[in-house]
Amino acid sequence: MSKTESYLDESSLQSWLLTTDHKRIGLLYLFTILVFFFIAAVAALLMRLNLLSPHGWIVNADTYNKLFTLHGVLMVWFFLIPSIPAVLGNFVLPLMLGARDVAFPRLNLMSWYIFISGGLLALWALIHGGVDTGWTFYTPYSSTYSNTHVITMAMGVFIAGFSSIITGLNFIVTIHKLRAPGLTWTRLPLFVWSMYATSLILVLATPVLAITLGLISLERFWGVGVFDPRLGGDPVLFQHLFWFYSHPAVYIMILPGMGVISELIPCFSRKQIFGYKWVAASSLAIAILGFVVWGHHMFVASQSVYAGIVFSFLSFLVSVPSGIKVFNWTATLRKGSITFETPMLYALGFIGLFTVGGLTGLFLAALAADVHLTDTYFVIAHFHYIMVGGMVMGFMGGLHYWWPKISGRMYPEFAGKMAAIITYVGFNLAFFPQFILGFMGMPRRYHDYPPEFQWLNVLSTAGVSILGVGYLLPLLYFLWSTKWGERASANPWRATGLEWQAASPPPKHNFPVVPRVTKPPYTYQAEQDQFTPQSELAHV
Amino acid sequence: MSRSPLVAEQFEELEQQHLADQFGMWIFLATEVMFFGGLFTCYTVYRFLSPEVFAHASHHLGLVLGGINTGVLLCSSLTMALALRSIQLGRRGATIWLLLATCIFGIAFLGIKGYEYHEKYVEHLIPGSRFHYDGPSPNRAQMFFWLYFAMTGLHGLHVLIGVCVLSTVAILVARRRIRQENYMAVEVAGLYWHFVDIVWVFLYPLLYLAGARG
Repeated sequence: MSKTESYLDESSLQSWLLTTDHKRIGLLYLFTILVFFFIAAVAALLMRLNLLSPHGWIVNADTYNKLFTLHGVLMVWFFLIPSIPAVLGNFVLPLMLGARDVAFPRLNLMSWYIFISGGLLALWALIHGGVDTGWTFYTPYSSTYSNTHVITMAMGVFIAGFSSIITGLNFIVTIHKLRAPGLTWTRLPLFVWSMYATSLILVLATPVLAITLGLISLERFWGVGVFDPRLGGDPVLFQHLFWFYSHPAVYIMILPGMGVISELIPCFSRKQIFGYKWVAASSLAIAILGFVVWGHHMFVASQSVYAGIVFSFLSFLVSVPSGIKVFNWTATLRKGSITFETPMLYALGFIGLFTVGGLTGLFLAALAADVHLTDTYFVIAHFHYIMVGGMVMGFMGGLHYWWPKISGRMYPEFAGKMAAIITYVGFNLAFFPQFILGFMGMPRRYHDYPPEFQWLNVLSTAGVSILGVGYLLPLLYFLWSTKWGERASANPWRATGLEWQAASPPPKHNFPVVPRVTKPPYTYQAEQDQFTPQSELAHV
Repeated sequence: MSRSPLVAEQFEELEQQHLADQFGMWIFLATEVMFFGGLFTCYTVYRFLSPEVFAHASHHLGLVLGGINTGVLLCSSLTMALALRSIQLGRRGATIWLLLATCIFGIAFLGIKGYEYHEKYVEHLIPGSRFHYDGPSPNRAQMFFWLYFAMTGLHGLHVLIGVCVLSTVAILVARRRIRQENYMAVEVAGLYWHFVDIVWVFLYPLLYLAGARG
């Protein structure tokens, strides 16, 4: 049998840097965000080591401020936001739609270059002394008082924002215009629905962040501006504009993870997803509600009490679509024929951690409780349970699930399971103590603390070191598998999606002929141990 | 089935490609609305907080020059719409001239805008250390002028980008890269241009007509 054509065939540097292939661009993003993840993770590790002692023994207060700013900025904008959408979304979305590529392949490549430029600018700010405002850039500190490289860092994020916008635009148009014949809206895989919801947020919220960061930079540059109290400007307006983007952005950092989980759960329990339409609609509901809850970040920031009540109520509403998802995944598992491959371990971990993160969100949405918990470690623990426990678990689960498609090789299953379990244990040990710390009143962003908090901080730091092992292991065995891993068949998981009808790894244009879709997704029959692919495509 | 060379590899047919291009531009315009929306929000908040100061400060903007500029942009939208019509009818020469006319209107707009900025510079109305204002609440008035420069500046940048895009389109039409069959490039560029025009239709009353003039 002659070797089949693969998108990885050409290996020159030029063929990678000038590629318009969505699969290659996904990989370019993967390598890039891993670099940022590594830098930001080192910053987190330094912080945690520093917190081993109540008086901070590694870095001084100024450096500590720069470390948490760096960690936040890089993790949010240069790792989490592009993680699933730009890596897995780019790779899988056109395959799932039966398309040859995204609607605008050259724009897609451009988005990566824009992302790189923004990232380099942020790194430049880091090397030249860093920024100490926190990832939120609150005024008037950021606009008037901080004497660090705020403009450069803000411009880095501003530029990276346009890569988000382009990715979102590309996905929306691709989903609307490039679906294979027969792939109706109710036959779309749930990952596509979650990408659609995510793209709506990327497209509608990111520009507001861009203009807000632009205004801060102008204000610093010019010496006067809209947030300047001397002109009657209101620094709290900055918080409104910032969270109008950044709250929806929080859902950019969870919806894609939910999409991955909705693929994994049916496949590894061999069951049709429970309540397809509800899961799909809840993605859109989360995206839409995400735009009207930003005030819950400002309960103690001189917001009117009536606004607070409305924002609190709306924030509670978000739990309805989130609950629908969790219950539907759980109902899917019921009477399924469940197997515990690595992606499934990550998926089950996701459900547990996301549930904790979501429920503690309700504490913070409650007005009275939030007054006590605002700016404590409780908030830190809450959003890490969502972003790391949710999104990163989803990303890792998805990466393992689609790795055979991406690389054409299987990862080592035993090592994969170990990494998933280590990640789960390490994560809980790292962040659960922070709920208690926050409840006891330890504020975030301080580099020292009263001695009675020490034992919980030591536990947390121990957890982070275990978590680090959980992240390093996959890096090693993924690299190992590209050379020595077992060759993957086209459909190693016996899954129904169109992406599994293409070869592993797929040829440049994915499918030899355009697939015709005849079935809804997730047609698994646990009892007969059968499944029906979404399209009947003869393999070449 | 033979594929037209105009159809990019990811599409099946020209119709699909055209719809995708058009839809993409509409979504881009939605992001632009949100982009300008942040500034309009700032304007709304501060005008709500100090309506008299904004009304008074707005008297320092030249009604005549602003009015002429409004007319200039409206004319440019007309020539843009006619350019799209002529490429659809396959009239290459007319398309080029109409696109160039649109560009010239855009440049004229920027010229007049630049002259207005110069006036503000002479009158010490540019925010910063040299700002000087005789009316009530000079600080709040400075906020008005800051918003004026931020909003018209961002809009001016969009006009400049539009002129570059339209002149590129004109060159591509002249080189027969854009023809009757793939007129969509002209339509997409036109959508952008009309958007820029519409932003000005909001900016002009908000900034120039903020206070009744006696």
